[in-house]
Amino acid sequence: MMQQYQPATSHAPLLEVDNLVVEYPVGARTVHAVSGVSLQIARGETLGLVGESGCGKSTLGRAVLQLRRPTSGKVLFDGQDLTAMQGDTLRLMRRRVQLIFQDPIASLNPRRRIGDIVAEPLMIAGVKDPAKRKQLVDEVLAAVGLDPALVVGRLPHEFSGGQCQRICIARALVLNPEFIICDEPVSALDVSIRAQILNLLEEMKSRFGLTLLFIAHDLAVVKAVSDRVAVMYLGRLCEVGPSEQLFAKPAHPYTALLIEAIPVPDPDVRPTETVRVGEPPSPIAPPSGCRFRTRCPRADARCSAEMPELRVVAPGQLVACHHPLI
Amino acid sequence: MLSVENVAVELPTPRGNLRAVDHVNLTVGAGRTLGVVGESGCGKTMLSRAILQLLPKKAKLSGRVMFDGQDLLQLSPEKLRKLRGRSLAVVFQDPMTSLNPVLTIGTQLIETLQEHLELDQATATKRSVELLAAVGIPAPEQRLTQYPHQLSGGMRQRVAIAIALSCEPKLLIADEPTTALDVTIQAQILDLLAREQRRRHMAMILITHDLGVVAGRTDEVAVMYAGRVVERAPTPALFKKMRMPYTEALLAALPRIDAAPHTPLPAISGRPPDPTRPLKGCSFSPRCRYAVARCHAEKPDLAEAETPAHQYACFHPIENHAGAAA
Repeated sequence: MMQQYQPATSHAPLLEVDNLVVEYPVGARTVHAVSGVSLQIARGETLGLVGESGCGKSTLGRAVLQLRRPTSGKVLFDGQDLTAMQGDTLRLMRRRVQLIFQDPIASLNPRRRIGDIVAEPLMIAGVKDPAKRKQLVDEVLAAVGLDPALVVGRLPHEFSGGQCQRICIARALVLNPEFIICDEPVSALDVSIRAQILNLLEEMKSRFGLTLLFIAHDLAVVKAVSDRVAVMYLGRLCEVGPSEQLFAKPAHPYTALLIEAIPVPDPDVRPTETVRVGEPPSPIAPPSGCRFRTRCPRADARCSAEMPELRVVAPGQLVACHHPLI
Repeated sequence: MLSVENVAVELPTPRGNLRAVDHVNLTVGAGRTLGVVGESGCGKTMLSRAILQLLPKKAKLSGRVMFDGQDLLQLSPEKLRKLRGRSLAVVFQDPMTSLNPVLTIGTQLIETLQEHLELDQATATKRSVELLAAVGIPAPEQRLTQYPHQLSGGMRQRVAIAIALSCEPKLLIADEPTTALDVTIQAQILDLLAREQRRRHMAMILITHDLGVVAGRTDEVAVMYAGRVVERAPTPALFKKMRMPYTEALLAALPRIDAAPHTPLPAISGRPPDPTRPLKGCSFSPRCRYAVARCHAEKPDLAEAETPAHQYACFHPIENHAGAAA
């Protein structure tokens, strides 16, 4: 059923993020979590967003949903600017956009029964008829591979991590959204369970015609589900491109570093012990110019003086680097 | 160096006895690295705690753990304490749990050196600086006065490794040392462990859930499932010819960087059995695609394959290795 998948359509983007900036104060200083990120996601597309912890990828996801209000910039969803919306208008809009988190157990209220947890979005959305609610909950639970009769009366602690993530996915799907932000949905899961959940997300995507923003730090996981991938470093996008192309021919030295660092399950591939220069600097005082320059083997004077803008290096592939690899 | 003989660990729980480790036999020689691979709950951490004699008080342990000619189960608590930290060191997944948050890095390192090697203050301080430099910590003198919370996760893990290595251990147990870290940092830490292991000719046990991590960095691999070792082989032999269906399934379920996007992953259906309700037959049989009636009725022994070094516990071992194409 995953073969039915169709590549991104050429319609107007469902989501358009324009020059988004998110900053917040820490004491007297400012964390530059997201610094001028622009991206588009077409209807039916999955955009993968990768980067190391602290690069701002989760903050970006939350800023899209207005769970954290951006400092500046626009978030256009289906042509309407979410940053300009307030109160009920925003709440109504949010029904079309849902969020799935990393820790499935922590995102379920331990004292509520599964049936109530999955029905809650319906309650908030004003579905008053209990029979209708039950029908929708049963349908969505069955869709994620759980038996409604066995599940609805039980509490979250009775389920494993993988099953809790299924419940979270059911809760996200129950309002029939168009767009889902998955924030590290499988990083807390074991290898065998991770594959089940990734397959389920793909299946749900084609079944419900979803558009996904898939945030993760694991490139192999991101590649498995994404049409396009955006690489983020310290609050800025380094590179955006079609998955296959980006992995075959990374243009940004940081993308290349990330790909090289993935452990390969093959003993004949000896891990290359190259210069793996240090750790990312703090987002409180990001480096001038290109933010990756302090770890970049190709950096020179221009990189510290001048911030590279995203520009096209290959069809569909954009890179923000003065000395790209291609 | 280390030989684990018929070790079993049972934990009493309200639901009955939980057999966390089920008669495991393993050996590691000096200068060798053994990878222990398995998913959460397979008993790999309990096994490492059994070796270190750091089991919960209620746990029942049987078997023998021979280390450097002594049976660790027969040693007095005082002798054990001397042994741990001196010749038997450990690095845990979360460095915050092994570092004391209210003591400086320097105090913790110097204390270890003074306690086990009986060095004076000046020598211990000098040695600490050398150790921090050896594990790749910049400005080591300044770090001595810092507290764990002032360091990043990768730096903390380096400090934990420096402390573990400080007394020149003969055996280092690294229990998921990189699971909490980003990929680029993971690669650096694994490189560091491999380098120090070669340099010091230590024996090392690398415990992980990721077959990709053990592939290039171990001499031998033991795959655990539901408390038992189900396959054990020299690393190249294992990846060339996996015999146990679980090992194969675990490898196949990993998203691969060279696979096309939207390739469905061969997930392992179901989940591991309840450890308080051990199965009569092979523990993997409910999830195994090769299982027949005998697999459900009888438990296969860990038997030798064509070479004495390659053992597996399966009635229907994989004959023609389909490899990652499975």
